[in-house]
Amino acid sequence: MVSTSDKKEYKVIGTRPIRHDGYDKVTGRAQYGADIKLPGLVLGAVLRSPHAHAIIKNIDTSEAEKIPGVLAVMTSDDLPRLDDVQRASSEESGSEKHLSENVLAYKKVMYKGHAVAALAAIDQNTAEEAIKKIKVDYEILEPVINVDQAMHKDAPIILEDFEADHLGKKVLNTNVALHERYDFGDVEKGFSNSDFVLEKEVNMQTVHQGYIEPHNATAIWDEENRVKIWTSTQGSFVVRDSVSKVLGLDVSRVRVTPMEIGGGFGGKIPIYLEPLAAILSKKSRRPVKLVMTRTDVFEATGPAPGGKVKVKLGVDSSGKMLAAKAVIKLEAGGFPEAFIEAASKCVFSCYDIPSTRIDGYDVIVNKPSSAPYRAPGSPQVAFAIETLVDEICSEKGWNPLEFRIKNVARKGTRTALGPLYTRIGLEECLKAAKKSDHWKSKLDDNLSPGKKRGRGIASGYWFNIGFKSHVNLALNTDGTVALTEGSTDIGGTRASISMQAAEVLGIPAEDVRPTVVDTDSIGYTDVTGGSRTCYATGYAAYLASQKLIQEIEEKAALKWDIDVEEVIYENGIIKSKSDSELKMTLKEFADDSPGGPITANASVDLEEAGGGFGVHIADVEIDESTGKTDVVRYTAIQDCGKAIHPSYVEGQLQGGATQGIGWALNEEYYMSRDGIMENSSYLDYRNAYFLRPSDD
Amino acid sequence: MANSKKVKKIQITTTINGQEMELLIPPYISLLETLREIVGITGTKEGCNDGNCGACTVTIDRRIVDSCLVLGAEIDGKNVETIEGMATPEGLHPLQQAFLEEAALQCGICTPGFLVASKNLLDKEPNPSEGRIRHWLAGNLCRCTGYDKIVKAVQKASENS
Repeated sequence: MVSTSDKKEYKVIGTRPIRHDGYDKVTGRAQYGADIKLPGLVLGAVLRSPHAHAIIKNIDTSEAEKIPGVLAVMTSDDLPRLDDVQRASSEESGSEKHLSENVLAYKKVMYKGHAVAALAAIDQNTAEEAIKKIKVDYEILEPVINVDQAMHKDAPIILEDFEADHLGKKVLNTNVALHERYDFGDVEKGFSNSDFVLEKEVNMQTVHQGYIEPHNATAIWDEENRVKIWTSTQGSFVVRDSVSKVLGLDVSRVRVTPMEIGGGFGGKIPIYLEPLAAILSKKSRRPVKLVMTRTDVFEATGPAPGGKVKVKLGVDSSGKMLAAKAVIKLEAGGFPEAFIEAASKCVFSCYDIPSTRIDGYDVIVNKPSSAPYRAPGSPQVAFAIETLVDEICSEKGWNPLEFRIKNVARKGTRTALGPLYTRIGLEECLKAAKKSDHWKSKLDDNLSPGKKRGRGIASGYWFNIGFKSHVNLALNTDGTVALTEGSTDIGGTRASISMQAAEVLGIPAEDVRPTVVDTDSIGYTDVTGGSRTCYATGYAAYLASQKLIQEIEEKAALKWDIDVEEVIYENGIIKSKSDSELKMTLKEFADDSPGGPITANASVDLEEAGGGFGVHIADVEIDESTGKTDVVRYTAIQDCGKAIHPSYVEGQLQGGATQGIGWALNEEYYMSRDGIMENSSYLDYRNAYFLRPSDD
Repeated sequence: MANSKKVKKIQITTTINGQEMELLIPPYISLLETLREIVGITGTKEGCNDGNCGACTVTIDRRIVDSCLVLGAEIDGKNVETIEGMATPEGLHPLQQAFLEEAALQCGICTPGFLVASKNLLDKEPNPSEGRIRHWLAGNLCRCTGYDKIVKAVQKASENS
């Protein structure tokens, strides 16, 4: 592998060009999934369960089918039944059976909002009226809505036929889909050697990714049994693979065109509407579009797991951590996968602790099947361990920043799951925090009566996945470069990938023209998520650009009839080492290059990178009588590596911090005892909004 | 809404982005749906369809509204401006340029609503304070940016226009 780490001076990397897709997005031209228009397009509606937990005894669609304008009606009878085969893809795993049964309930509904039937009609109004005519007989069951209820010995079992895995043993009749344990060192000895041991359990509610664009899907099923899908997704290939499984088709029969995507944060990795639109198209012989309402988005799509995390820490009298234990219980929702392995990987990731035991429980509850959300599992465990660390410091009178530096994980530290850290930047982040104006400043104590201010500091970690990406490059005859990629652009990756190509090619960022293409037009590319895109697709662009230069040098040698070793390519200029007469710009060459178009492509399947760490400092003001809490100052210190486009890196930090503040202060699913979300609108589920108390 | 076919459509004359047009509108559909499905311009986005996110912000006779909360038939005789009417043949509006330069968008789905609402502010108050900008735009949700870069872009456009 070639490394760029010795390269200090960059021309394009680190600059702030206008993103390539920006003009379409400030003019309203950009086509998001719901914007698609096709000849003959019809619309649809989905019938969703009003109950959190119920057996479907019968579905009668006959009245709906009689309504004029209704073109197709479907239930889970229209989907093939799938075996319990494990799927594996980035940030998304689980069985094919559960994948299908989450898309459309089979015999049983697992959460309120679970799709039960769908139909297509000539217009939206007809579809919405007709869907109400579908009659479903339910046998209502007692819902299970949190980990305590689900793990109780008398709890109703949600997935009755599911074979769970508890520390390697197959177990039936349990709501704990998976119990994993990670042991490192002798944790009991560590605790007995400790001078001070403290334990803490935190309880977290379900929250939603809260992207502004609702899920959507449009499909055509043609006479050759080929399915075309247009959708807003973080991964067109994951959609292709998932849809082909649910429909029982070979992957090559499904072609997915990723539309612009209006936010995801992990929540637009799973599929929901795509197979329904496909089946409705097959039955109606028309292209079919389905779009969720905001309530559907809250009730039926990927929340981040709530749950309980208990942590215990043992320290010696000098403040060195000796032992740590974690019990992580996260809500998977109606089907398994609450990211407990990721959570286990993250919980003690910021510290050098000689002995640890981590127990993770993946708990089935009657809530929507959870989806990744900004480093799945990491915020939940960070909340627990960072709170406990603060409480220890407060009790012992230790400085919470110095305590973190004293116990910091660095290169060579063994992680709780086994591997040693490579080069990481947590210590540097903590030291930067110590030097920051914010940390050095005094808390304002000149406050109105009844108000108090306090300052908190916390660290966090995510392991930055690698995985597969592919990039194609083609030199245009005007000297610019067309770049095609499979990574959907959720917030600036067309720019950051193109900038990496431009850097290698020595041309301006604007001269690389990126296009995100469909799954028939590029090699397999994993999701835009897991902090992988800029890194992995960027690496493919970096390698492809080097190959393109090789190709340019070879063709230039051919043109000049000299040895290829004689040709130098630099900053868009091609010249000969020995003959100063032989010199041309990339444009001059591209316009008249011998031997056909100049192209190159590269694929990668990368390992994890070093891991990303952050240290955030927050000052809050609390009204003692009402509990109203305002964040008055916030500083985020993050180990970003080299920022390719600094504006979009800043945007990630600001946006992530804002979502974190929302998670901490305002956002949660209010669940009734019947398992009904009581606040399924933006009025009642409060995304952070524009006002803030301070202009710091 | 039952028997929607029997409900008579309403004929209206309206001006959208400076272009006068006659439309035949079912009485039960929103302005948002009218723009997207009947006029065929999709820059105005649906985020919630209940007036809580601002993604569908347009102006009617220079007043900002959530177009999901207005019936299509209500724009009879009125002047509607959407994101599609913001740039001119001479180029982008200073706000659009500032949003690009300041990276005031990530996914971009809320951007048309923010731009229309911000333009309405600057048309009325060319030099608003940061607090005024934040207050004016409090009806628009953005999940990606954390809002800081949007404020900076509006401030920059206010200086440049």
